[in-house]
Amino acid sequence: MASRFARELTPGQKRVTPGSVVADLGILAWFVFSLFPLVWMVLLALKNDAQQTSTYFQFSPTLANFGTVLSQRGQDLTSVDFGHALLTSVLNCAGAVLVSLVVGIPAAYAAGRWKFRGSEDLMFQMLSFRFAPELMVIVPLFVIYNTLHIFDTKLGMVWVLQLVTMPLVVWILRSYFTDLAPELEQAALLDGYTRTRAFLTVALPLVRPGIAAAALLAFIFAWNNYLFPLILTDSAATTVTVAVTKYLGGGGQAYYNLTAAAALLGALPPLVLALTIQRYLVRGLSFGAVKA
Amino acid sequence: MRPYLLSVPAVLLIIGILYAFFYGVYYTVLNYAATNPTPTFIGVDNYRSVLGDTLFWRSAGTTLLYAVAATGLETVLGVAIALLLNRSTLIGKTFERLLILPLMIAPVIAGVIWKLMFNPQFGVLNHVLGLGSTFDWLSKDRALASTILVDVWIYTPFVAILVLAGIRSLPKEPFEASDVDGANWFYMFRRLMLPMMWPYILVAVIFRFMDCLKVFDAVYVLTAGGPGVTTTTLQIGAFEDSITNLNYSRGSTYMFLLWIIVFITARYLVSVLGKAQRRAAGAGA
Repeated sequence: MASRFARELTPGQKRVTPGSVVADLGILAWFVFSLFPLVWMVLLALKNDAQQTSTYFQFSPTLANFGTVLSQRGQDLTSVDFGHALLTSVLNCAGAVLVSLVVGIPAAYAAGRWKFRGSEDLMFQMLSFRFAPELMVIVPLFVIYNTLHIFDTKLGMVWVLQLVTMPLVVWILRSYFTDLAPELEQAALLDGYTRTRAFLTVALPLVRPGIAAAALLAFIFAWNNYLFPLILTDSAATTVTVAVTKYLGGGGQAYYNLTAAAALLGALPPLVLALTIQRYLVRGLSFGAVKA
Repeated sequence: MRPYLLSVPAVLLIIGILYAFFYGVYYTVLNYAATNPTPTFIGVDNYRSVLGDTLFWRSAGTTLLYAVAATGLETVLGVAIALLLNRSTLIGKTFERLLILPLMIAPVIAGVIWKLMFNPQFGVLNHVLGLGSTFDWLSKDRALASTILVDVWIYTPFVAILVLAGIRSLPKEPFEASDVDGANWFYMFRRLMLPMMWPYILVAVIFRFMDCLKVFDAVYVLTAGGPGVTTTTLQIGAFEDSITNLNYSRGSTYMFLLWIIVFITARYLVSVLGKAQRRAAGAGA
C-alpha cells in the first residue's frame, strides 16, 4: 500500500490500476466542465440567426457570423469596429510587451544578479502592482491623459498596459537570471569582454526561453485587460475586450450567434499562443508565482 | 552602482504610475466630482461618508465571501486535479495540454460566454441540465454563487498548474525512506507530501485571494453588481461611485480603503509564505 502511494506521487513507472481508472474518470469530469463552454461557443458561433436561440447540437454550420462581426453590419449593430479593435489590441499589446522587455530585462538582471539596497523592496513594489486595484489609478490617469492629449490613443494604452506587463516580465525573468551561473559571465570578463558585452553575448542568449515565456505571457495578460481600455479609450484605441461586451447589447434584440463569434475572435489569439507555447507558458506561470 | 543604473528605466516607469496613484490618494481628501470641477479640501469627510455607508460594509462582506469561497473551492479542486493528473494513466496526458485554456481567456470574455449559457430561455445550461426556463442563474439568491462558479471555471487551472509543478519537483528519496521504515500512506501524505507542497499551495492561495479581493471583469459583465446590490464587490462599488455616478473623490476613497486592505493582507501572506518555504526546505532536506 505504502509503496504504491510513493510510486503514484512520483513520476515514472505507471500501471493501469483501479485507482488510476478513478483518477481518469475524475479528470474526465473536470474536462467536460472545463471545455464545454468553449465547445458551446464554437457551436453557437456557427449557427445562423434562426438557430441561435435553439439549444440543440445538430444544425448546419455557417461561417457568416465571423464575416458579420468584422463587417459594416456588425459595426452598425454595436457601434464598434471589431476588426479595428482586433488590430488595435495587437498593436497595443505588442507595444506594451516591447516597452516592458526593454526596461524589464535590465531590472530583472540587476535584481537576479545582485542583492542591492532596496532590491527586495523594489521587487515587493512590483508584486504589489500586480495586486493593486486598477481603479485606484484610473481616474487620475483619465485626467492626466486628457491634459497630455493621449486619451483614446495607442500611445496612452501602451503606457498603461505596461503596468500590467512589466511586473510580470521582471518577476519571471529575475528567477531565470538567478538560476544562471555567474561563472559564465565571469569567464567572458576574463576573456576581456566588457560587462555589457558579457551580458549581451553570454547571459542574454541563455535566458532566451525565459524571455519568450515572459513576453508571451505578458502579451496575453495585456490582451485580456478590460478596465484600462474601458475607461481610457473611446473608439480610436478601443480594444477587443471592450468590443466583445458591446455584442451583449442592452436587452431587446439578442445576437447570440454574433456575440459568440465575437467572443471567439477575441479569445482566439491568446488561446492559439497558449497552445503553441504551452511548455514555456507553464514554466513561466509557475516561475513567476512560485519563485517569489 | 550598476544594479541601480539598470533599474532606473523600470523605476522611472513606476514613478509615472506612482504619480497617478498619489493623485488618487489626494482625491480622497477633496470633494472632486463631475458636478464639482473645482474641488476643495474637505479632510476626512469622504472617509467618514464611506465608512458610515452600509453599502460599503455590505460590499466588503460580499467581497470577502466571494474571495474565501472562490479561493477555497479553487484550492481544493486545483489540488485534487493536480493529484488526479499525476495519477492518471490514460486520459491525463491527452488533456493536460488543454488544462490551461480557460485561464488564457480574458475574464471579461469568459463572463460573456457564461452570460450566454446562463440565459434561462435560450441558454444551454438549463437545457442540458433539464432545469426548465424558470431557473434563473443570476437571480437575487443565486447570482453570487454563479459568479463564484465562473471564477472557479477560470482559475482552478491556475492552482492545478502550480500544484502540479510542485508535485513534480518533489524528491523521491523521503518517500522511499519512509516506505522502508514502514510508514503508511496517510502518514506519508500528511507528514511528507503536504508540508513539502505547502509553499506551492500557499502561493496559489495568495495569488487567488488577492485577485479575488479586487474582482471586477467577469462579475461586471455577468451582473454589473446586481440584482440589487447582491454581487456588488468593492471594486464594482468603487466603479459605480467613480465612473457611473462621476463622484471621483468618493470612488477614490473606496479604492484607497480596498488598496490598504489588499496591501496589509499581501504583506501578511507573503511573510507566512516565507516561513512555510523555510519549513518546507527543512522537511525536504
